[in-house]
Amino acid sequence: MIPAAFDYIRAGSIAEAIDLLQRDPDGSKLVAGGHTLIPTLKLRLASPALLVDIRGIAEMKGIAVNEDSIRIGALTTHAELLASEPLHKALPIFRQAANLIADPQVRNRGTIGGSLANADSAADWPAVVIALKAELEIASATGSRRVAARDFFVDIFSTTLGPSEVLAAIHIPCPAAGTRFTYRKIRHPASGYAVVGIAAAVRINAGVAANLSIGITGAASHAFPGDIAAEFLAGKPLSQGNIEEAARLQSAATECLSDRYASAEYRASLLGTETRRALLALAA
Amino acid sequence: MNAPVLPYIGQPLKRREDFRFLTGKGRYVDDIRLPGMLHMAIARSPHAHAIIKNVDLSAAKAAPGVRLALSGRDLEGRIGPIVPNWVIPGTKVPFRPVVAIDRVRFVGECVALVVAETQAHAYDAVGLIDVDYEVLPVVVDEEAAIAADAPQLHDSVPGNITTIYKVRGGDYAVAAREADQVLKLRVVNNRLIPTCMETRSVVASPDPDGTLTVYMPSQVPHMHRRWIAETVGIPEHLLRVVAPDIGGGFGAKMHLYPEELLCPHLARELGAPVKWWESRSESHQSTSHGRAHTENIEVAIKNDGTILGLKVETLGNVGAYLSNMASGGPTVNTVNFGTGTYKIANYEATSRVVVTNTVPVDAYRGYGRPEGAYIAERAIDAVARHLNLDQIEIRRKNFIQRADFPYRPYGSMGLMYDSGNYQGLLDKALAAFNYEARRNEREALRRDGIYRGIGVAAYTHVCGMAPSRRLALIGFDRGGWESARVAIDSSGRATVYSGSMSQGHGHVTSLSQIAADVLQIPIESIDVVQGDTRQVQAGHGTFNSRSMAVGGSSLHVCSQRIVAKAKKIAAGMLEVDEKDVAYAAGQFSVPGTDIAPLSFGKVARMAYVGHKLPDGVAPGLDETVFYDPTGMSAPSGVHLAYVEVDPETGIVDIIDYVAVDDVGTLINPLLAAGQIHGGVVQGIAQALYEEVSYDPDSGQLLTGSLLDYAVPRAEHVPNITSLFQETPSPTNPIGVKGIGESGSIAAPPCMVHAVLDALSPFGINHLDMPLTPPRIWAAVQSARNGASR
Ligand SMILES: Cc1cc2nc3c(=O)[nH]c(=O)nc-3n(C[C@H](O)[C@H](O)[C@H](O)COP(=O)(O)OP(=O)(O)OC[C@H]3O[C@@H](n4cnc5c(N)ncnc54)[C@H](O)[C@@H]3O)c2cc1C
Repeated sequence: MIPAAFDYIRAGSIAEAIDLLQRDPDGSKLVAGGHTLIPTLKLRLASPALLVDIRGIAEMKGIAVNEDSIRIGALTTHAELLASEPLHKALPIFRQAANLIADPQVRNRGTIGGSLANADSAADWPAVVIALKAELEIASATGSRRVAARDFFVDIFSTTLGPSEVLAAIHIPCPAAGTRFTYRKIRHPASGYAVVGIAAAVRINAGVAANLSIGITGAASHAFPGDIAAEFLAGKPLSQGNIEEAARLQSAATECLSDRYASAEYRASLLGTETRRALLALAA
Repeated sequence: MNAPVLPYIGQPLKRREDFRFLTGKGRYVDDIRLPGMLHMAIARSPHAHAIIKNVDLSAAKAAPGVRLALSGRDLEGRIGPIVPNWVIPGTKVPFRPVVAIDRVRFVGECVALVVAETQAHAYDAVGLIDVDYEVLPVVVDEEAAIAADAPQLHDSVPGNITTIYKVRGGDYAVAAREADQVLKLRVVNNRLIPTCMETRSVVASPDPDGTLTVYMPSQVPHMHRRWIAETVGIPEHLLRVVAPDIGGGFGAKMHLYPEELLCPHLARELGAPVKWWESRSESHQSTSHGRAHTENIEVAIKNDGTILGLKVETLGNVGAYLSNMASGGPTVNTVNFGTGTYKIANYEATSRVVVTNTVPVDAYRGYGRPEGAYIAERAIDAVARHLNLDQIEIRRKNFIQRADFPYRPYGSMGLMYDSGNYQGLLDKALAAFNYEARRNEREALRRDGIYRGIGVAAYTHVCGMAPSRRLALIGFDRGGWESARVAIDSSGRATVYSGSMSQGHGHVTSLSQIAADVLQIPIESIDVVQGDTRQVQAGHGTFNSRSMAVGGSSLHVCSQRIVAKAKKIAAGMLEVDEKDVAYAAGQFSVPGTDIAPLSFGKVARMAYVGHKLPDGVAPGLDETVFYDPTGMSAPSGVHLAYVEVDPETGIVDIIDYVAVDDVGTLINPLLAAGQIHGGVVQGIAQALYEEVSYDPDSGQLLTGSLLDYAVPRAEHVPNITSLFQETPSPTNPIGVKGIGESGSIAAPPCMVHAVLDALSPFGINHLDMPLTPPRIWAAVQSARNGASR
């Protein structure tokens, strides 16, 4: 299909984008990479009167690795996150995860901001930003605020982002030296999205887990932190037995999604298996 | 002219088409834009079964850019109905209007249309069409559809069964009595979507000379010309069907669909070109699906693994109406092949063709033969598992032997396997697969909790449906012949006009190789024309793996006629007796003399100036042949797969895949391997990934897009080793057999057997396709729970 007719404006700044959104919050949509929005328009599942293209907004671009934090502009594409050497040095999980998102064509257009704002229950970045304890910088007419990634996702396709707000950037505290990262994903055979995806970061101090942090996507209606497993392992050795128990507890405590492809029981089982495998990989 | 590099047959030449396709210079129907062209869009039924109470077109008609909006009622009596082309005797054919008139029977059926100045206008206006439906009860499953209280689709098809077809040989009842055991199994052949890279598309253009040209991606341009002529009411000679480059057909582009009738009709009504293009989501709910069978199987066996008899009950789901070949698929094409490569003297099969509230099901790569091979292979594998016999040895034991060919399975009067050497295929496959080492590895790894499995499948079938007079007996309303024309120009270059139709197969290359060998000229001096009914004399197109065996043979015979005539002319020019003239490498010579040889080009020149032609020889060097084969060729093969299954996630990793196929004489080993690769990928797709799913209560298509219908990508398929054994077919002058469908026939059982073998430590001995991770995981779970109970 082809989309219904719409107006199109390229915004030059965040302020301009917000101003345009405010005039008709229900009838306008931001477009970044367009790789989620355009298919929706083509199927006429959405027919906004106005598309506000934000790709030209300089303040939403770029990766900056600073002394104590890393700033990723919301418009940064998956391909840029994959290619960036400074980012890879600081947070190798970005390259690992970006490599598992779609294909090069999609990675060249799709943006991390679009992925987070869209909040698909099976998207990859939400798990990663949760595991990295990121803060999301949200711009609105009244100023700018920051929301912890773990509090950003509310439900399937639903976040704390207001209708006239723009996700401007992602801020990630620099990890302590020696922190290990991993991202694991079981891909849906058709969509390639995560049936279950596990992002984890940990520092191992004399065999004991420190600062273990887990982000989980695909399993439930929105990405969430794997606190149950993380709390169980806090201060404990990352032994096979402890890891298995932590994974089991996390799986048992999670209310999983069920759909035509995978039952809730299967997702819960995958969640346990993949959490275990992720942690074993980190412990190795 | 360069010297020819003879023989061309057998050379792994790259496709002569490659440059065009790989540099984006292919030209597809959607690339065609004509001046004044209008656009059609279709309103489709959102309900699987409903009475149409009213169609309100007023808002659509008033919308900007709209030229025309029509309902089924408006078109009633003006075009149609759509009738099938293969009708098994005794079949009840339901009435199928081009656009639904008073009732819809599947989600996606056409209920109305709009023609507008732009595609956007057409889509916008379709959204304004208001149809009032009264929803009826729905049935989507073939087993549910034949239940006594099932919703009925057509008054003319009581019980939802259009066709009952039986085949038998020997006496199954006696076999069952004499058997040590009778093993029963029920297998489901999952419904598939053919998923061509290029969706369907039509441009119909009324030309000033009174001709109507229809551009469409057709596997069968001449057949489409006939069907469109008959259904729309245009004299066939005033209709020109042009099929430009085609982005895949796989059977889906050889049927007759509403849009291909509507565009010609509307172009004539409006006096302007009318285009329709199918979106991917429309394709899922309007282009024919494939497979969709349930089979109940009984095998009468001896405890030593000898198979005495086989009994099959097939239910073939054909969707809401009988599409083009639909009554032939689950019947002749499936159950005739139910005994596979095995000597099973006592066979009894019944096939029922069942209508349901789903997209019509028709030919898809292999059409019936994958389903037939699946019966034979799943049965013999189940027997091996049940009796704890070796999966290879049981096949060796029951194979049709080399000395048995030509072989009529179960004493069939209609079916004959012309040639084969299954032992040879098996031995070659086992060696390439490193079977013994892999078996040992599998055993060793199992002790470490790593579950690997080896799968094997053998197949044979027949292709190139022929001869013509036999097709009458099975209700197939077309011939089995193919035509070829070879036109030599005055410099000795050749243009080949073939009635077969490439859809990415590389016919320009393979047909040139055939012609070049007979004409003894360089392949670069040969051009191939297909896909234009005004240029190509006649034809049946490409399906049923027929192009090389029938189309190629036709070209072979035609090229021989050219050489025969050229020889006569050369003899006249050389002033010798024709029988003293030898012809090789483009030169006519008189062996044993010092007469200077004469080039093919010079002879061609003489044919056209006509200055010195022998008496009785007409000018020109241009021949046409209609070649009707005497029989069908029987390709065969043995495939092996090696997989690892993760019981915790259910994920299958394909470690290796070896295909050894016997397709007779190999014209081009590179293109042949390409055909095997493509077919195997589609077979793996059926076994592991693809399944069309319908909601049983509402009849909604649940796999409406490629987000949920899993067509495999590169990461999902292994490297495939494709090897060949050449047992020439005695049924045609080249010795070639069909190849296009082989991979999709062998791979599904091969993959299923590999996964079942990997899962055998869990006691799992049956799973239905597709073997998705959740399905495998659930089977492991219930096996474990059962074991712990
Ligand atoms: C074939 C294919 C495969 C894919 N596979 C994967 C996969 O494996 N894993 C995965 O995670 N994703 C996958 N995606 C999604 C892809 O990553 C998308 O690009 C991404 O989800 C959305 O980013 P975008 O920039 O394209 O957003 P757009 O499509 O432009 O926008 C998406 C939504 O977010 C809003 N939005 C965008 N940017 C902002 C912002 N800065 N502030 C506020 N709102 C904003 C838009 O208004 C819109 O509602 C796939 C997509 C395709 C087409």
